Amino acid sequence: MSDHHHKETFITKYVFSTDHKMISKQYLITGIFMGIIGVFMSMMFRLQIAWPDTSFSLIEAFLGRHQDGGVMSPDIYLALVTIHGTIMVFFVLTAGLSGTFSNLLIPLQIGARDMASGFLNMVSYWLFFLSSVIMVISLFVEAGPASAGWTIYPPLSALPQAIPGSGMGMTLWLISMAIFIASSLMGALNYIVTVLNLRTVGMKMTRLPLTIWAFFVTAIIGVVSFPVLLSAALLLIFDRSFGTSFFLSDIFIQGEVLHYQGGSPVLFEHLFWFLGHPEVYIVLLPALGITSEIISTNSRKPIFGYRAMIGSIIAIAFLSTVVWGHHMFVSGMNPFLGSVFTFTTLLIAIPSAVKAFNYITTLWKGNLQMNPAMLFSIGLVSTFISGGLTGLVLGDSALDINVHDTYFVVAHFHLVMGVSAIYGMFAGVYHWFPKMYGRMMNKTLGYWHFWITAIAAYGVFFPMHFVGLAGLPRRYYANTAFPLFDDVADVNIVITLFAILGGAAQLIFLTNFFISIYKGKKATQNPWKSNTLEWTTPVEHVHGNWPGEIPAVHRWPYDYSKPGHEEDYVSQITPLKEGEEES
Amino acid sequence: MTALFYILLAIVIGIAIWQIISIFNLKGAIATEKDNNTQGILFAAFGIFFYGLMIFSFWKYSVILLPESASSEGARIDNLYMVTMGVILFVQAITQFLLFFFAFKYRGIKGRKALFYADSHKLEMIWTIVPAVVLAGLVLYGLSVWNDVMDASDAENPLIIEVDAKQFQWEARYAGADNELGRANVRNIKGINTMGVDMTDKNSIDDIPTRELHLPKGRQVIFKFRSQDVLHSAYMPHFRAQMNCVPGMVTQFSFTPSMTTEEMRANEKTMAKVKGINIIRAEKGEDPYEFDYLLLCNKICGSSHYNMQMKIVVQEEADFNSWLSTQKTIAEVLKE
Repeated sequence: MSDHHHKETFITKYVFSTDHKMISKQYLITGIFMGIIGVFMSMMFRLQIAWPDTSFSLIEAFLGRHQDGGVMSPDIYLALVTIHGTIMVFFVLTAGLSGTFSNLLIPLQIGARDMASGFLNMVSYWLFFLSSVIMVISLFVEAGPASAGWTIYPPLSALPQAIPGSGMGMTLWLISMAIFIASSLMGALNYIVTVLNLRTVGMKMTRLPLTIWAFFVTAIIGVVSFPVLLSAALLLIFDRSFGTSFFLSDIFIQGEVLHYQGGSPVLFEHLFWFLGHPEVYIVLLPALGITSEIISTNSRKPIFGYRAMIGSIIAIAFLSTVVWGHHMFVSGMNPFLGSVFTFTTLLIAIPSAVKAFNYITTLWKGNLQMNPAMLFSIGLVSTFISGGLTGLVLGDSALDINVHDTYFVVAHFHLVMGVSAIYGMFAGVYHWFPKMYGRMMNKTLGYWHFWITAIAAYGVFFPMHFVGLAGLPRRYYANTAFPLFDDVADVNIVITLFAILGGAAQLIFLTNFFISIYKGKKATQNPWKSNTLEWTTPVEHVHGNWPGEIPAVHRWPYDYSKPGHEEDYVSQITPLKEGEEES
Repeated sequence: MTALFYILLAIVIGIAIWQIISIFNLKGAIATEKDNNTQGILFAAFGIFFYGLMIFSFWKYSVILLPESASSEGARIDNLYMVTMGVILFVQAITQFLLFFFAFKYRGIKGRKALFYADSHKLEMIWTIVPAVVLAGLVLYGLSVWNDVMDASDAENPLIIEVDAKQFQWEARYAGADNELGRANVRNIKGINTMGVDMTDKNSIDDIPTRELHLPKGRQVIFKFRSQDVLHSAYMPHFRAQMNCVPGMVTQFSFTPSMTTEEMRANEKTMAKVKGINIIRAEKGEDPYEFDYLLLCNKICGSSHYNMQMKIVVQEEADFNSWLSTQKTIAEVLKE
């Protein structure tokens, strides 16, 4: 690795950089930008849900021809929920979360100078950037962006005559996602190869921090499942543009019979959810990895059950690829298959329970350092449990019949993957900000950010379960056609108010983040007194990470408060004392 | 409630602005002992908020929930639901308590050393095996209900009804005297034959098209679902029934209605819910609402997805039969 000596220009350092640390920052900033769009969209459609006939100048200002006198049209409502889902799941919680922290931490925590292929890594980011740009452009097309739901089930997504968003908007959505998948695969392959091949001397797989285990396994799930979504997208493009019938059959719409015959939308559902469900864990596992690291460091205690944690990550990853059918219990799929998927789905609760109990036990008799990152990590454990438990209802085919596609589902997955993963992302940003920018974020703003967000998140999603149990379907533009749901209106107002509160709280984060980049307190080398390797690198970034030799590793990363040591932490590079046993 | 929120929101924004202005003076970045103390106490307070919110929601929002199941299969689902919910609330109450309590109890103190406790084979076994056993029970119970609900092969003299979905309307077709539906395909749709029934099939002649579903109490109904254009989902929440309608294939669901519309209107929970609804409607100056069963669309299907419904009427079998006999067959309808 001699390339860290050559001179860098502005372009190679800040734009087309091959340095994993810069690429990670690029992912984070792009992810935050997309996150702002995604959250803002949710604010707009929550206004519509709570006050369906009320005129809002906000909506008038932002939705242009898609609104009438400050009231949004049904089509743009569906477009907003579609793009909100797409952006949050893929652009923020997949690329923004994995892209940022896998890139930042894999080389730093395993003791490598950079990713296995810096070039591929750069291409991966710029493809992600390109796909983000195309997704944003799709918001401005004449007939509106894709609006068939983020799951884009055909025939709705295939036929422009079924919904206007299925014209140009859908085309751009598919192109954007195809590029996104290419980006994601390049990133994932890079992560896998780097973890397998570039670990420093002494860094056995059983000495890897749980963050790395989580990123590594996440990358494997991505490589296994993302290509299937790519093929689904390609086949859908064929159906839309070249007249094939993979997913379409026997359609009569707007007075004419279409030529499609023999295809099945159920096939698309299988292909979509073959990625779609593992995607939940692609989003969640990195957040859990980050949490493991932060809870251990800030509890000043080893993570409880290190090997069980690795085992449960692997078990979750394996099971996640064989449970997709639980999204399809009432799709018309053979009920026997439903039974199989119920069985595999409820199995996932076991490794998940192990993880939750291990987090709680890690806190027990700790000496908790309440940094903002720690608050978000504890928050994650709470929402992971709350959201995970309702999975027992949705994963059980018999119970799913009545709550499928209601707000109960919306509440469930927002808690377990949305809020949990975003907490993990925030925790990661607060914790590794000093490593990224050489400065610290302000803790007081961090506290305000956490507490308002935590109250708002439960204020939104706890009452939402009841809306679902009242039988209200999701993706309804208004409930005004059903007197049956008149009594849900009050709950919806409460939810929207909490949502606005939660959305506003993110402004605190944005302020803290951007001001701290320039004005934050200068960071010391190891501000959290952590054991892992990234804190042995200098605060000022150098290409190649360590100015001299890469240090060798002598112990696992969780020797916190180990008896026989003066300090309550022992860096991984400290050799074992004579007679000391490795944990 | 609303005003309170606006006040809260204003306070929060005010505090936020004040905090942001003072950020340049507050260079604090790492939690001190004082922070640990404050934040630990806040976690205890948050725990109270958390349980408070749960209790409040159950107390305040229980009235909006669906009343008891109007089908006998749905009653089994409801039992399973109650058992599952019991497990969920039990685990939720304990784990969340431990989480917030530990965050409070073990908040950091300078000089104290945490317990070096890295592993316990015994504990890991406990929280692998206990969930596994509980889940095994839930899976077995769940699957027995699922198989029972989904398997209509042993139905005795079931009533067969086709439900046909299109943007943004439901139609139904009763199988008629022979209790067998005639073939149908979108390619036969023409004029008033809106469901595309194949009139060359002799089973079609006596089929009865309707725009409203009438069901007999106590007789198993087998629904055959079709869609003409995009995916729809036939959702009948009061019967705990749902099945997607998929273009190009016929899907199926069945249940046995156990309460007539009249009986459900007289149900205590329904009356409480309807009363609540009518208070709200009176405030808005709208007509009072009378309870009816509904079939609604529960799969995103386009602009008017939110307004795609069909009324369901459950009657005593004799009343149902006399209603059905007044309906015209499709052959009669097409002849006109």
